[in-house]
Amino acid sequence: MEHVHHVEHPDMYDEESSKIGMWLFIFTELLLFGGLFIVYSVYRFMNPDAFHLAGEELNRFIGSLNTVILLISSMTIAMATTALRKGDRKLAIALVAISFVIGFVFLVNKYFEWGVKFSHGIWPGSEHMLNEMSQGEILFFGLYFVMTGLHALHIIIGMIIMIFAIKGLANGKITVNRPSLLDNAGLYWHLVDLIWIFLFPLFYLIH
Amino acid sequence: MSEEKHQHIVPYRVYFIILIALLILTFSSIGITSIELGEYTVAAALIFAVIKSFLVLTFFMHLKYDKPYIRVMVGFVFAIFLVVIVITFLDYLYRT
Repeated sequence: MEHVHHVEHPDMYDEESSKIGMWLFIFTELLLFGGLFIVYSVYRFMNPDAFHLAGEELNRFIGSLNTVILLISSMTIAMATTALRKGDRKLAIALVAISFVIGFVFLVNKYFEWGVKFSHGIWPGSEHMLNEMSQGEILFFGLYFVMTGLHALHIIIGMIIMIFAIKGLANGKITVNRPSLLDNAGLYWHLVDLIWIFLFPLFYLIH
Repeated sequence: MSEEKHQHIVPYRVYFIILIALLILTFSSIGITSIELGEYTVAAALIFAVIKSFLVLTFFMHLKYDKPYIRVMVGFVFAIFLVVIVITFLDYLYRT
């Protein structure tokens, strides 16, 4: 060997491996949501009128608002990775914290949105759904609750990862030379954003 | 020594411009789906979603600055997903 590799991190830290690991995990997430998207498109194809009708029920405004704030939070956490590399730890912490708060606001909106559905008697297996809705509408709302619910669960997980990122930034575990935890928290959050980019038009926009 | 050289720092400005582009695309997709396009509504909404996801993957998720093999991997996964959708619909469209 003519080239002796310079060991910089004796604890085997490897930024590139961490990144690849995160991407492999993201692929499994795409498999999960991808399957649901295929189920959605097949049922939509089979029940076009019922999906059209049921889609009218959803609140476009809340859906759009959540899209906008989620996009903003994606930008702030992306900026946090830049702040860390520029050595501005405090700004990085602030930017992750902002993303966290926006994630929370997203969940609050979701809470009110679902609350309205519940008050209209629409929830999986409700009397109203079973007695008064067609098969297609039941499928639409079933998919709506499962997919937005699963997405909301990912928002919560993303926020928990952000807490670890903030802790790591604060106690010096995440540094310019060890940025993976923050980078991967960002990648995960962008995945959550990416899924919403498709959920939003499919449920709220296509009437 | 060149270990850290591949570390590309993305300027804040880039992220901000991408956000503005994403917001414009979002409002465009809201606008275009409010007018009655019939069957093309789904296609229009999805085209906007695909452009938006491309921007998120390329810039927010850093693929533009990553090594090419990561881009190839991600592209391959999305291509497989597309193939699965196409095959599923070929099945449903030609069922008798």
